[in-house]
Amino acid sequence: MNGVWDWFRDGDHWRGDTGVPHLLYQHSLLTVVSVLVAVAVGLPLALWLGHRGRGGVLAVNLTNVGRAVPIVALLSLLALGPLGTDPFGPFGRSGEATLVTLALFALPPIVTNTYTGMVEVDRDVVEAARGMGMSEATLLRRVELPLAAPLIIAGLRLAVVQVWATATIAALVAGPGLGRIITHGYAANQTAEVVAGSLIVAAVALALELIFVAIQRWASPLSVGGR
Amino acid sequence: MAPPLDNCLTRNEWICGRYYSTRASELTDALQQHVEIVLISVLLGLVIAAPLALLARRYRKLEGLIVGTTTAIYTIPSLALFSLLVPWTGLGRRTVVIGLALYSLTILVRNMIEGLRAVPADVREAALGMGYGRGRLLWRVELPLALPTIMAGLRVATVSTVALTTVGAILDYGGLGQLIVDGTTTTFHAQVLAATVLVVALAVVLDLLLVGVQRVLTPWTRRRTTSAEAVVPG
Repeated sequence: MNGVWDWFRDGDHWRGDTGVPHLLYQHSLLTVVSVLVAVAVGLPLALWLGHRGRGGVLAVNLTNVGRAVPIVALLSLLALGPLGTDPFGPFGRSGEATLVTLALFALPPIVTNTYTGMVEVDRDVVEAARGMGMSEATLLRRVELPLAAPLIIAGLRLAVVQVWATATIAALVAGPGLGRIITHGYAANQTAEVVAGSLIVAAVALALELIFVAIQRWASPLSVGGR
Repeated sequence: MAPPLDNCLTRNEWICGRYYSTRASELTDALQQHVEIVLISVLLGLVIAAPLALLARRYRKLEGLIVGTTTAIYTIPSLALFSLLVPWTGLGRRTVVIGLALYSLTILVRNMIEGLRAVPADVREAALGMGYGRGRLLWRVELPLALPTIMAGLRVATVSTVALTTVGAILDYGGLGQLIVDGTTTTFHAQVLAATVLVVALAVVLDLLLVGVQRVLTPWTRRRTTSAEAVVPG
């Protein structure tokens, strides 16, 4: 454990392209961008499907497929195949393949939760809103979306935490991000480095989880103390 | 001088019959290791999850702690969890198996608690009234009724474990994941694709097997159209 402390105190580990700040920035950027891409694609789709009350099979199967396909395999196939391992802007080596893989893994929780949230909105409330003469767009925006918000945010939380974790695994095959500290540690047989890298990744994952718990509390004042 | 070899291996094609015929043993060895890791991890997970679920049910105060802790473990990225275990469990098979078992706990414990909770109170009272002791009540009445939910959790845990095992490659013990990672490093297309297909196929086969087991164990649920949904963290 002393070795881990020494690793954190070594200034070399905080500078340059393989330093903690740069990798942390890269890892965060990857997480944010890929979740945003998944939201841009998945949220409208799921809102529309949920509003129409169709596509439940898609929502469920997406989750099952996502669970069965290993991240390592998908990233490898994309990196060796169409997208290549070239560095991509600020995203580092295999940037494109990593971004696409992460966005794909962020899709299932977003689509499934949004769809479920929309479908579970009380039908009576929806009918009442229609009876009041709300247009479909207003109904979606003013009634369904706010009522589905807690589940949508729960999906977003799953997506963010999952992508953060997945981005770590990316380093195992070809990817950028904080996982590189861990893989480098293994390659150099430095247990202290491996543990230090893991601590950073795990600490941020837990912090993200806690932040989202707070957001969820804030977004659903009605459910405080309810569960 | 002999002419340069020209076949699907040297052309590095994605689908290559020569690869399957010459390296079949590599693939089957990796598959066997993969199956072993998955089975041992999930069984270990079950063995740990069962007493935890019973404890959580017996002592309400412990429920929050047990569910909270297993969920917190689930949050830790797998690569990091494996690595954090290394100082205690060493490099190799043990670390991978323990890590995977810890992950399966979240889903298994939750589903066990939910399944047992869903047993109707009057059924329980009727059994107690008939003179069932606690052990027999659990084994003969509660467990069978909770089985669909527990099996739903077991299916999710097994499928996730098949996929997660590939990450064990960091410890040189990742079953088919090893072939994927090595194949990516050496850009060996046929190997990466073959191993990937096998991983996904393994997940599907094990899932179908568990569905079959569940049908045999709970014949009374066959006529129902909806099956129990797994309780997944989130």
